[in-house]
Amino acid sequence: MTENPRLTALDSVHRALGATMTDFAGWDMPLRYGSERDEHQAVRTRAGLFDLSHMGEIAVTGPQAGLLLDHALVGNLSRLAQGRARYTMICDERGGIMDDLIVYRLADEQDTPRYMVVANAGNAQTVLDALVARQAGFDAAVRDDRDAYALLAIQGPEAAGVLAQLTDADLEGLKYYAGLPGTVAGVEALIARTGYTGEDGFELFLAPGDADKVWAALLDAGRDAGVVPCGLSCRDTLRLEAGMPLYGNELTRATTPFDAGLGRVVKFEKETNGGDFVGRGPLEEAARQAEQNPPRKLVGLVAQGRRVPRSGYSVVSAADGTVIGEVTSGAPSPTLGKPIAIAYVDAAFAEPNEDGASRVAVDIRGSHEAYDVVALPFYKRQR
Amino acid sequence: MNNPQQLRYSKEHEWLSDAAEGVSTVGITEHAANALGDVVFVQLPEVGDTVTAGETCGELESTKSVSDLYSPVTGEITEINQDVVDDPALVNTAPFEGGWLFKVKVSGEPDDLLSAEEYTAFAGG
Repeated sequence: MTENPRLTALDSVHRALGATMTDFAGWDMPLRYGSERDEHQAVRTRAGLFDLSHMGEIAVTGPQAGLLLDHALVGNLSRLAQGRARYTMICDERGGIMDDLIVYRLADEQDTPRYMVVANAGNAQTVLDALVARQAGFDAAVRDDRDAYALLAIQGPEAAGVLAQLTDADLEGLKYYAGLPGTVAGVEALIARTGYTGEDGFELFLAPGDADKVWAALLDAGRDAGVVPCGLSCRDTLRLEAGMPLYGNELTRATTPFDAGLGRVVKFEKETNGGDFVGRGPLEEAARQAEQNPPRKLVGLVAQGRRVPRSGYSVVSAADGTVIGEVTSGAPSPTLGKPIAIAYVDAAFAEPNEDGASRVAVDIRGSHEAYDVVALPFYKRQR
Repeated sequence: MNNPQQLRYSKEHEWLSDAAEGVSTVGITEHAANALGDVVFVQLPEVGDTVTAGETCGELESTKSVSDLYSPVTGEITEINQDVVDDPALVNTAPFEGGWLFKVKVSGEPDDLLSAEEYTAFAGG
């Protein structure tokens, strides 16, 4: 990237903490502050604090905002209750995934529905352009709100206890995938119980000018609980263990939600235009194929050895070495203590194998390393 | 970054101790370990292998990437650090001490090994 990277409102805070920074979708973001494994374990056992201000917020408001989203996205957003959130996707006319999204329905304002669409940083412009293009004929407005918010996330078993010290909002009444307006450390924020780590946690959308105050307050309130700043490196291993897909890895324009095993996000029963939405026809076909004769499936792989699979490595048959799939994400799993991967494999190889009797290997720079096929996710928190 | 004075350094970020009875110890620098992040797997040459200065002789896997390990000198491997094979995090926690990688009976040295000052400047302070 030749342009100067964009900086979040917390840039000087990250530098003062000695963060290793990385370019991510045009943003200069903290990769890690110290050991990424320690940061990962902090989120699993205590809590971690993330700056996710690179995520792209888009406001959709108006009497027909819900109907516009029903048409533009694969989900049934007009049915979403105020204060709730939904994981969904936006597809192109061929059913290919343009991005995966979280859509929050905010409280109506004078009976007018308001939604906030949160896109991945690298796709935010694409999503914005698509929503604008798909808006024609709907009484709803689409607004680029990327500069309106900083986004902090506090994730981990201690997150609720730490956040509760700084807010009067009813966190106990706030369900997973719900959000409500409130104040945090005296600052207005949208408090959402969402995340990308496989742990309980919260995402806080707030004005960029307030970010450093809230960041400092959360670290301060979390000191005794062991809350630490966490970078994107551990966010990636956390989401991988939780079996959550990453756009650009598991999800691409060449895959449909059904390919990725996420067909449940596609709602064919909608009220809009007699149920029509962008990508409907090809997605119906993809649904049929996934039901009857899936060409390949998304599976988890766990290493028997210690070498780490990476995105793009071939998955091969252990019997004869023929290529039967491809790794989309791979990393050493801090929780399992072994390398893990998510991979697309031919359906015939997608069944989890008995312990030890691996039927697949990953070609790791020329040597075939034995891997067990497992059901996703690798990690599920105890509730 | 504290690069010990008594060591010499390669531009591939390995360090090399002065030879004792012809045998030098090799590891990677703190600068390299920090750049890698948490090291989770090391593949080292085997005792008896011949390594060649500037050529790969193993690999280091970290959370985010895999990196080749280069030998700073030519020679025969006399010992590998089993502790670091068992606990690769030693590369991060003690790169110049307990995180050493292998010992090599040196038969040839390139002429571009760096002093501590030169390496510190090379690695960007």
